[in-house]
Amino acid sequence: MSAKISFQNVSRQFAHHGASFLALDRLSVDVADGEFVTLVGPSGCGKSTALAIAAGLIKPTGGEMIVDGQAVRGPGPERGVIFQQYALFPWLTVRQNVEFGLRIAGKRASQRWAIAQRFIDLVGLADFADSLPKVLSGGMKQRCAIARAYAVDPSILLMDEPFGALDALTRVQMQDQLLDTWSRERRTVMFVTHEVDEAVYLANRVIVMAARPGRLYDIIPVDLPYPRTEALRLSGAFAEIRNRVWRAVYHQQARRPDNAA
Amino acid sequence: MSESAEASAAPATSWRWVRRRQLALNIVAVCGGIALWAAVVALGKVGLPSPAQVLMRAIELIRSGQILTDLLSSLGRVAAGFALGVALAIPVGFLMGWYSTARGLIEPFVQFFRMIPPLAVIPLAIVTMGIGEAPKVFVIFLAAFLSSVIATFQGVVNVDKTLINAARVLGARDATILRRVVIPASTPYILVGMRIGLGSAWATVVAAELIAAQSGLGFRMQQAELYYDLATIFVSLITIGILGLAMDRLLLALETRLTQWQERM
Repeated sequence: MSAKISFQNVSRQFAHHGASFLALDRLSVDVADGEFVTLVGPSGCGKSTALAIAAGLIKPTGGEMIVDGQAVRGPGPERGVIFQQYALFPWLTVRQNVEFGLRIAGKRASQRWAIAQRFIDLVGLADFADSLPKVLSGGMKQRCAIARAYAVDPSILLMDEPFGALDALTRVQMQDQLLDTWSRERRTVMFVTHEVDEAVYLANRVIVMAARPGRLYDIIPVDLPYPRTEALRLSGAFAEIRNRVWRAVYHQQARRPDNAA
Repeated sequence: MSESAEASAAPATSWRWVRRRQLALNIVAVCGGIALWAAVVALGKVGLPSPAQVLMRAIELIRSGQILTDLLSSLGRVAAGFALGVALAIPVGFLMGWYSTARGLIEPFVQFFRMIPPLAVIPLAIVTMGIGEAPKVFVIFLAAFLSSVIATFQGVVNVDKTLINAARVLGARDATILRRVVIPASTPYILVGMRIGLGSAWATVVAAELIAAQSGLGFRMQQAELYYDLATIFVSLITIGILGLAMDRLLLALETRLTQWQERM
């Protein structure tokens, strides 16, 4: 099976106050159709940059970003993106936010309403469909953002630390809901996080990245069955993988000296 | 969410109480100010008209309809100049915020003319446009345009990039992003600019009428000055203040209504 998402030696250089630095150095990773991968690593490892390149929001300065066999030329509705800061349009109600992408896709009002209603129900915001984002809690805002992304029916979800700003309890609930939806609708998911637990709990494979320059460090498969449960989260098998990822993230060896600077 | 409903119920009553208290304090302050004015006049040290004299003159001027005529001609100039200024400022501000080329070309002029008080342009405007309505409307236009254009431009520049990215990943192109993201996101800035613009337009019209006009509140004061008619000057000043305040409140109400989606601290 050919890869759904394929990073082929993808690099990204940024210029900052005259100096340039390498945010991402020749990343090569393939993500299969329907797979759930998490990207984890210390800050500055380029995990968010990699996600933004896949989203088409920034261009790689080297290598090829391939999605569905085609080079990425910009953002597109087949790749839904969920941002850490929710990025809801504050002047639109929950329903209008969810309908935003459908409106751009040229769907008729009745269709928009039906689709939006389905996803608002799915994320449990039916009572807040006509509320403005300012009255929602952080978790509700992110659920609204998820409904908005799902509504345009993307085959890929790119999530950039989506639960990073939520409290621990809400975060666990959101993780379970995400896995529940994913197991039913099987989208390909790339999920960036700095939480090792979250990375292991969600993923088929954990992609560990290293910093300065941002690069691939290791890929650790998570051979645990879905649905993932609290029992699994507390199991020895989970702890073992978790420890392996932890060591990969926090005890990274320094880079080979030939690539220093 | 029940917690937010409960949370908003308690502050609502205390908020209403605070508002009432503020209003009471405002009224006390205004009455105190008038009493102070009456006391100063009663001491006879300064040749000012008393509040009662001013009130009498105000009634006279309202009865004769003169104040209404003056007021309408001042308001007409402000309305024309302000509408033209804002109508031009919004597209120009968007151009400046959205296209760096437009910004590079327009910004030096805007920044330069912003430093010149619109009133300083009056001599030039009179020489080139004559003594009709045109020069007055032009300086008001300039005053309103310059304050609104900067605010609009700032609003566009400050639009949250994440919101633009969120629209792009949902399939939006430039025109849609401008219409559905940039315009609503910069509305609060534009409205603040309009309020500042209206304040400066109102200040400018009165001053312009003092210099060159055959009607208007400024003209009436200039006439009264010739006859040492202080009561009429006072009535005009108070009218200018009340009207300015009323227009500002009107825009503030519009602003509150259009930007109620904002999260306020």
